[in-house]
Amino acid sequence: MLQAAEKPGDKVSADTVLSVRNLESYYGPIVAIRGASLDVRQGQIVTVLGANGAGKTTLLKTISGVMNPEKGQITYNGRDIAGAEADEVVRAGIVHVPEGREVFPLLTVAENLRMGAYTRNDLAGIREDEEMVHSYFPILKERARQAAGTLSGGQQQMLAIARGLMARPKLMLLDEPSLGLSPILVKEIFGIIRRLNEEQGVTMMLVEQNAMVALNVADYGYVMELGRIVMADDAKRLLQSKDVQEFYLGIKEESQRGQKRWKQKKTWR
Amino acid sequence: MDVLQLVVSGLANGCIYGLIALGFVLIYKATEQVNFAQGDFMMLGAFVCLGFTNAEFLGWPFWISVPLAILIMGAFGYFLENLVLRQMFGQPQVAVVILTIALGFVLRFVAGVIWGHEPVSLESPLAGKELRFGGLVLGWDEVTVILVTVVLTLLLYFYFSRTRLGVAMQAASQNQLAAYYMGIPVKRLHSFIWALAGMVAAVAGILFASKGSIEPSIGLLGIKAFAAAVIGGFGSLPGALLGGLIVGLIEPFSARYIAAGYSQVMPYLLLFLILVFRPHGILAQVHSKKV
Repeated sequence: MLQAAEKPGDKVSADTVLSVRNLESYYGPIVAIRGASLDVRQGQIVTVLGANGAGKTTLLKTISGVMNPEKGQITYNGRDIAGAEADEVVRAGIVHVPEGREVFPLLTVAENLRMGAYTRNDLAGIREDEEMVHSYFPILKERARQAAGTLSGGQQQMLAIARGLMARPKLMLLDEPSLGLSPILVKEIFGIIRRLNEEQGVTMMLVEQNAMVALNVADYGYVMELGRIVMADDAKRLLQSKDVQEFYLGIKEESQRGQKRWKQKKTWR
Repeated sequence: MDVLQLVVSGLANGCIYGLIALGFVLIYKATEQVNFAQGDFMMLGAFVCLGFTNAEFLGWPFWISVPLAILIMGAFGYFLENLVLRQMFGQPQVAVVILTIALGFVLRFVAGVIWGHEPVSLESPLAGKELRFGGLVLGWDEVTVILVTVVLTLLLYFYFSRTRLGVAMQAASQNQLAAYYMGIPVKRLHSFIWALAGMVAAVAGILFASKGSIEPSIGLLGIKAFAAAVIGGFGSLPGALLGGLIVGLIEPFSARYIAAGYSQVMPYLLLFLILVFRPHGILAQVHSKKV
């Protein structure tokens, strides 16, 4: 059953913006990613699912240059960015929206947005993007002069995404945008993510624990476990997959069958 | 009138404590390092300026020596961070503390070798001139200290709230990881902050040496300034200045109204009380992250 996981390695199609090959990352002596490979295509929303500690966040950190990989390649538009400094990666067009709404708490909302555009010098373009961002997140315009730390959780998440957009990224790495938000806010934020992808043409790589929401918005999905990619398929097909249904969506058959089973064996092991 | 004169000389001293405290807080906020050599930075800045301008050394004009000394101290701070402190990345905080304490010893020794251990004064054009104000007699040197501190404070305020680099420094100190994610070159900003702390220390040193005499061990004044920073709220720039002013004012008043020896004890007594009753300092800048 490893064909699916090996699929990215076979061919890199012309519209692939980001390709990761055999990536290994360590926290000191601890392996966090053990040879992960994946592709992100232009204009797609690609999601990486996995439980706590699967290595999803590490994967994003390694791509965005906050961590250095031990081995492997990260190619972005034909350019090798493995081990590049974080500010180079941002300048190249990849922006990482970290998990847990890491805003600058004592700066105002407007200042937070301007920090998102730190790598840019085109004042007119920045102002334009500020308006664009305000059109997606009107609340941020209302709260422009308020300290970001005083916003609610959902508003901080919106600010974190908006701040990332201010860098005018071509590829956005979103780490758990649903974390700690109410279901209605999750729905709202994922709606905006979809719209940003369609209207602004931002390619998205979305890391999520909330598999149902993520697969519904994504075009393609990867499943990560213990630092490896164990499944890769179209999001729709992943939604139908028995393994994903049981282990990530919590849909179980046992009640229908009426027989007692302990745990289904994962087919990828 | 008496009281007013005490206030002015207390404020003048307080401004100098405040500027050194500012250096502590600048570095602490941005890098979470504590530079225990900040007082020695001030001493060094004063001696560099004095070495240029005093007749017994180079005898250059005062108005050239001052900016030159400030620039040299800025470069000193920049390269110190760039070449030495960056190597300490990932080491426990106490390593930086020990390093900067040791650096202080080295700087005192070097200053002693170059400029000697005798107390000397900066030959400033303001020395000894008086400003008469009704019955009030104020030294121009003290008034200058206060004016320069006010101007420097305004400049720093403008820098941190209005310029891109200044706001980015605030951002990096509030959330370093997020600053990395936004492409802010955090490491370079750390070098700039050390440069800024060096320049502020040079200003403090020049002001100090123009209204009194200095010798290499004057850098130990940094301990009092550290106390001032804690009183004001370690981590708050206005707090550092306020703490400095409070310590500066307490000294002459306790010497005058209690007994001469008390001026050395009262700042630390206040520090003790603050730590017990308001451990984050007077102007604490505390925020808790929403989860």
